[in-house]
Amino acid sequence: MLSNLGNLLLFLSAFLSLSLIYFSFQCLKESQELIHSKIFQISLVQSTVILACFFTLIAAFIISDFSLINVYQNSHSAKPLLYKISGTWGNHEGSLMLWVIILVIFSFLFLIKNKLHPKKFRLYTLIFQNIIILGFLFFILFNSNPFTSISPVPKEGLGLNPILQDPALAIHPPLLYLGFVGSSIYFSAAMAALITDYSDKSFALSIKNWVLISWVFQTLGILVGSIWAYYELGWGGFWFWDPVENASLLPWFAMTALFHSLIVLEKRNLFYFWVIILCLMTFILSVTGTFLVRSGILNSVHTFASDPGRGIYILSFLSLLIFGSIFLFFKKYCAKNYSINSNSKETFVLINNWFMMFYLLTILIGTLYPIFTDALTDSKISVGPPFYNAVIFPVVVAFLIFMAVGPNTKWIKNRFDNLINLIIIAVVAIAINFAIFYFFKSYTILSNLIIISSLFLIISSLNDLIKSIKKSNIDLARIISHISFGFLVFFIGLNHNFSIERDLNMRVGETKKFHNYQIKFKNLKLKDYDNYKAIIGNLEVENIKLGDKKTLNPEIRIYENPRTLTYEAAIKTNFIKDYYLTMSNIDRSEFYNIKFQKKPMMIWIWISVLFLTLGGFLRIFKNAKNN
Amino acid sequence: MQRIIKFTFILILIFTIGIFYLSLKKDNNYSTVNLVGKKIHNVKLESFEEDKLFTLEDLKKNNFTLINFWASWCAPCRAEHPILMNLNKTQKLKMVGVNFKDKKKNAESFLNDLGNPYDFIARDELGKQSINFGIYGIPETILINKELLIIKKYVGPLNKQDYYKILEIVSNL
Repeated sequence: MLSNLGNLLLFLSAFLSLSLIYFSFQCLKESQELIHSKIFQISLVQSTVILACFFTLIAAFIISDFSLINVYQNSHSAKPLLYKISGTWGNHEGSLMLWVIILVIFSFLFLIKNKLHPKKFRLYTLIFQNIIILGFLFFILFNSNPFTSISPVPKEGLGLNPILQDPALAIHPPLLYLGFVGSSIYFSAAMAALITDYSDKSFALSIKNWVLISWVFQTLGILVGSIWAYYELGWGGFWFWDPVENASLLPWFAMTALFHSLIVLEKRNLFYFWVIILCLMTFILSVTGTFLVRSGILNSVHTFASDPGRGIYILSFLSLLIFGSIFLFFKKYCAKNYSINSNSKETFVLINNWFMMFYLLTILIGTLYPIFTDALTDSKISVGPPFYNAVIFPVVVAFLIFMAVGPNTKWIKNRFDNLINLIIIAVVAIAINFAIFYFFKSYTILSNLIIISSLFLIISSLNDLIKSIKKSNIDLARIISHISFGFLVFFIGLNHNFSIERDLNMRVGETKKFHNYQIKFKNLKLKDYDNYKAIIGNLEVENIKLGDKKTLNPEIRIYENPRTLTYEAAIKTNFIKDYYLTMSNIDRSEFYNIKFQKKPMMIWIWISVLFLTLGGFLRIFKNAKNN
Repeated sequence: MQRIIKFTFILILIFTIGIFYLSLKKDNNYSTVNLVGKKIHNVKLESFEEDKLFTLEDLKKNNFTLINFWASWCAPCRAEHPILMNLNKTQKLKMVGVNFKDKKKNAESFLNDLGNPYDFIARDELGKQSINFGIYGIPETILINKELLIIKKYVGPLNKQDYYKILEIVSNL
C-alpha cells in the first residue's frame, strides 16, 4: 500500500516539476512584470507533495513495513524509534529523497522571498532548479526507488549498521545535505543571471543569504560528522582526510570564497563573473562529491552498497551540469579589466579567494589522484594525512595573518595607519606562544608559527571588537566568525602538540604506570541491552601528580542484526582536556588491548566551530532584517 | 589566447569525466585472483633455521611447489593444517611454508604440536616478502610449477576439495 502511495506521489512531483517549467516559459512570453499566482500555487503543492512522500517513507520505517525492500534492508523491528526514523535517510535511496526535498523547498522559498528581483531572473531560476529536481526524481524513480516492494513480505528486517545507530549520525546527513543541496539554488540563480544578463549588485543581494545558509549548515554538518568520528571510530582523531570527508570540504571552500566575493560584488560591483564561477563550482563540486561517494569509486565508512548503474546516472547528470553551465558561461563571458588598488579591501577579499582556491585544489588533487593512477596505470596509491598536513598547514600561517589584517582595510584605497598597532599585536602573540611552549615543552617551528598566527588573528579581531564598540558600529558576525576561526586553529594546534597516547596490553586487576599517569584495570561487566550485548570495562585513570582520579568505561558491543562487533570509546571531557580510552579483546587470551589518550582542549575545537557558524547565523539575520 | 584556455579547460574536464567513467567499470576491491597464470618474480626468502636464502632458482628445481602462508596466531591456519600434513605425503610436491608476521618461538611450538608439513620454512617477520606473492591475508596458498607460473591460488584455509584438486594437478604430470 505504502509502496503505491509513495510511487504515486513521486510521479506527481515529477509532473508538477514539468508543469512548473511549462508555465514558467508561458509566463516569460508575457510582457507583464508579475508572476502568475498559479506558479506560486504549483510550487507550494510540489513542496507539500514531496514532503508527504517523504513522510510516507518515514511511516514505512516507523511501522516496519518490510514489504518495501528499502525498509527490509535498512531497518529492524527491534530498533529504537529514533534510529528507525533516522534510518530513512541513512541509506542511498532514502537520502536521495532528502536531496529532492531540499531542492524543492529551496526552490519554493527562493521564488517567494525574492519578490523585488526581475521576473525573468526568478522564473529562469525556477526553471533551472526544476530541471535539477526532475533529474533527481528520475534517478529515484528509475534507478534508486525507496518504494520498490518485495514479495513475499519478509518477517524481519536486516537491520541498520550499528555504528550508524547514533544521535550525531541521525542529524549529520540532513545538516550536510542542507549545505550540499542548498547550493543548487544559487547554481540555478547563476544560470538564470547569465541568461538574463542580471549582472549587477542586486544579483549579489538575491543570493547572499542562500550562500550563507548553505555554508552554515555545511559547517554544522561537517562538525557533527567529526564529533561522531571522534567518539565512534575509536581512533581518537576527528579528521582523517578520508576522501569522503574531503568531498564535503571542497564545496565548503568554494562557499567560503563565494560569500566573501559577494561582498565585493555588492559594494563595488566587481568580480561578477568570478562570483558566477564560484556559484556554479559549488554545486558542481557537491554533485561530484555525491558521485564519488555513491558510485562506490571511493571506499570509506560512507560508501553505500555500490551499483554501477547508479554511478553512470550521476555521472551523466554531472556531465550535463558541467557542460551546460560552461557552455552558457563561455557564451556570456566578456573579459573585464578591473583596476583595483593592491592595498584595498577588494584585494584582500581576492587574497582570501586565492587561499580558498589553493586549499580546494590541493584537496581536489589529493582526492582524485589515486582514482586517476588506478584508472590509468592500475597502481593503487593512497594520499593521506602526510600530504595534506605538509601542503596545507604551512599556508594556513600566511592565511591567518591576511585574515587578521584584511577586515580593517578600506574599500578602493587603503593606508596602513595602524602599523604600530599590528606590530604590538604580533609581539604579544609571539610572547604568549613562547610562554605556552616554555611551560609545556614541545617544539617545532611550524607549530610555533601556527600558534603565533592564530593568536595574531584572535588578538587583532578582539582589538577590532573593542574599537567598533567605541564607535558603536559593530560588525559582530564577522568578528565572531574570524575570532572563532583563530581559536579553532589555535586549539587544533595545542591539541596536536600536547596529546599523549599509550597502547597497553592489560589483564583485569593489573595496574600500569607511564609519565604522570597510572591506569588500573578494575573489572569487567556483562550487560544485556535491547539490540546488543555489551562487555563493559571498568578502568581508573589517575594523574599521579595532581591526585586526580577518573573512572572510564569503554565497551565492546555485540550487535545481533547484522552480527557485528563495535568498540565504544570511553571519553571523559572537561574544559582543559579529554581522556579517551578504547578497549579491544585479544583473541584467545585474557589480555585486553587498552589504548589511552589525553587530548587537550578537545571541547574547545567543537565550540570554536559552533561560534564560527554563529557568526554565519548572525549575518543571515542581519541581512534578512536589512532586506 | 582565450580560446586556448577555454579549449584546454574543456579538455581537462572531458578527461576527468572519462577517468570517472573508467573507474566505474573497475572493481575497486583489491583482488589477487588475476595473478593466476602469472609468473612469480623477485623472491628472496630467508630460511627459518639458518642464514640461508631461498630464491627463484631453488623453486625451479621442483616440478610443483606449494607455497603456504601461515602463522601461529592464525586460527584458520590451524584448521587447514591436517590437509597440509596429508599433502606432504605426496612425493611430487615440494612444500614451502612462509611464516607470516610471527614470533619464531610461537611458530616452533605450533609445528611441534601439530607436525611440520614443510620441506622448507621461510620467515617473513615484517610481512613484506609475502606482498610480492600477492598475499593480503593468511592463510593463503599458491601452487606454482617449474616455470614459476602460478597455477592455483587459494585465499583462506584449504579444504578437502582443494586437497583433491591439488593431488589431481600434481599427478597429471
